[in-house]
Amino acid sequence: MTGEPVTDSNEDTADKASGLAPSRQVIDDKLRGILCDVLGLDADHVETFDADTGLFGHLPELDSMAVAGLLTEMEDRLEIIIEDDDVDGEMLETYGGLLAFAEAKTVAG
Amino acid sequence: MFNQMREKRLLVLPALFDEANKLRRLTVEIMRRLDMSGVDSFLPDLPGCNDSLQPLHTQTLANWQHAAAEAGKLFDATHVLSFRSGALLAPSDVPGWQYAPHGGKSLIRSMMRARSIAAREAGREETLAGIEASGRQDGINLAGWRIGPELFAALADADKPGTGAQTEIAQAEVGGGGLWLRAEPDEDHEQADAIAAIVAVGVAVS
Repeated sequence: MTGEPVTDSNEDTADKASGLAPSRQVIDDKLRGILCDVLGLDADHVETFDADTGLFGHLPELDSMAVAGLLTEMEDRLEIIIEDDDVDGEMLETYGGLLAFAEAKTVAG
Repeated sequence: MFNQMREKRLLVLPALFDEANKLRRLTVEIMRRLDMSGVDSFLPDLPGCNDSLQPLHTQTLANWQHAAAEAGKLFDATHVLSFRSGALLAPSDVPGWQYAPHGGKSLIRSMMRARSIAAREAGREETLAGIEASGRQDGINLAGWRIGPELFAALADADKPGTGAQTEIAQAEVGGGGLWLRAEPDEDHEQADAIAAIVAVGVAVS
């Protein structure tokens, strides 16, 4: 978790020029939108989530049923397929982990 | 049930399983609003669900569709409003609306995934493919619902149904996020207002 998020934000400006930033931004926006819907929070609140914001295990309302709904909604809105093996503690633990996973899946898909 | 023997009579078909719990407040709030707009409405319990005396694990999709049609006849329904997968049960010849309709596929996938995640937390490994195979073979307990093999297979294969005589109400028309996604059941007065308004205007002109 140490270097990654910092590198991401540093690359933001460079990516914008190369045209990569919009897709990353789109995934970030969609993921925050899904979390708004699942957690019932204001967009402003979810906007404050950073890479280290804790999710599964930190937010009591995110039980296995809610996480299952979250993942299925990610499949629908991001047009990805999430396999059994993809789901692990690291991916679900923080917002940064979930975003990195979504980005990797979107690129692979 | 809101019944004053009025002319406009709405059969309400609930979402299924956990989504029904998440949408119960919204469903009832819409019925209250329609009552004030002069529309009678009837929300039946599906066989095997809520106060029904029948066991859930013997239910089939065809059985539920039949029950929904019978409920409509009993209530002399002029219109139908279904929620989410409830659209699979709506009699196709009755005019009305399907709120955020979807088939059974993603519903079952979500429920299987919840079971898989819960199993993993408990230190067991249950794959989606394994859960699906045993669901089709013997039926399965998903998130507390004991679903028989016929109902499981029918839902797992069900795409979003056609609209028939009904019109889709998409979440985008209603505004906000779908309450079935919420981790905790919640209500939303604006969403209830929006859906009730669409239905109230619709029944008035047809």
